[in-house]
Amino acid sequence: MCNSNLTKTDEEIIKALQEDFPLCEEPYKVLAERVGVTEEEFLQRVQKFVAEKKIRKMGAVLRHREVGFKFNALCAWEVPPEKLDDVAKIMSNHPAVSHCYDRNTAPNWNYNLYTMIHAKTREECDAIILELAKMAGIENYQVLYSKKEWKKTSMKYFKD
Amino acid sequence: MELSIFDKELLNYLQGNIPICSRPFAKMAAELGTDEETIISRIRALKAEGYLRRIGTFFNSNNLGYVGTLVALKVSPNEIAPVAEAVNKYPEATHNYEREGKYNLWFTLLTRDKNHESDILNEIRNLPGVEDMLKLKSNKKYKVNVQFKLN
Repeated sequence: MCNSNLTKTDEEIIKALQEDFPLCEEPYKVLAERVGVTEEEFLQRVQKFVAEKKIRKMGAVLRHREVGFKFNALCAWEVPPEKLDDVAKIMSNHPAVSHCYDRNTAPNWNYNLYTMIHAKTREECDAIILELAKMAGIENYQVLYSKKEWKKTSMKYFKD
Repeated sequence: MELSIFDKELLNYLQGNIPICSRPFAKMAAELGTDEETIISRIRALKAEGYLRRIGTFFNSNNLGYVGTLVALKVSPNEIAPVAEAVNKYPEATHNYEREGKYNLWFTLLTRDKNHESDILNEIRNLPGVEDMLKLKSNKKYKVNVQFKLN
């Protein structure tokens, strides 16, 4: 099972945090009451989770189609292993790149770096990919445009 | 609903970090030059209008002890809908996209341990129409930051 040193209370706090954030004056107090701890204790745990990088951020993610970013492409890049960190850095610095991960290769699939790119038009998306390829000096890559979104959800942790 | 300049400012702020304190919206209001009530009511309105996919906590799944992987499937074109629907049924599959290319269905999987992951992947690999499967594991996440700057 998990080796992340979480207590039962930690898990209950995480479960409360992953539900809708209460839009009221004292949201953490509402969540703390659900878990049965004080607001102060709840806030301390949240701060601790942030410090331990268990929480990436408290904030919002927009529905990107609604705010005009209609096109997304997953781009798979074939990067010489010794250049991986440098290339990843260049790509990560681009504001249109939301995710940049390395990944293992597979037989007949030599791509080892993946970026998620968002743009307002397909042309803009293509232009960004060309720009990234040039900046990083990568010639072999695959652009995987999305044809259909079948599912997009947030993980519900500790439900089982 | 057209976004006002204030709405855009608010959305840009929200995509960063909501303060972790007893009255986070009061703190935001002070920084954005308005009052708590306005912040709360605008966020509610923007949420109701569908601009916010989610507001709240974003976790780092690895640091919670979960294992994640990206999976690429090569599915015969006439079987893509039933396979996509079968993948969707797993709560562990969080994102599932049909994409252009030889591998035409791409999904992410998050499980509490590796055995559970391989059980699910075996089931999916054996679905009718699934011709090939790539399991693409990440060692390093260089960037995870979904932010759309509105101006």
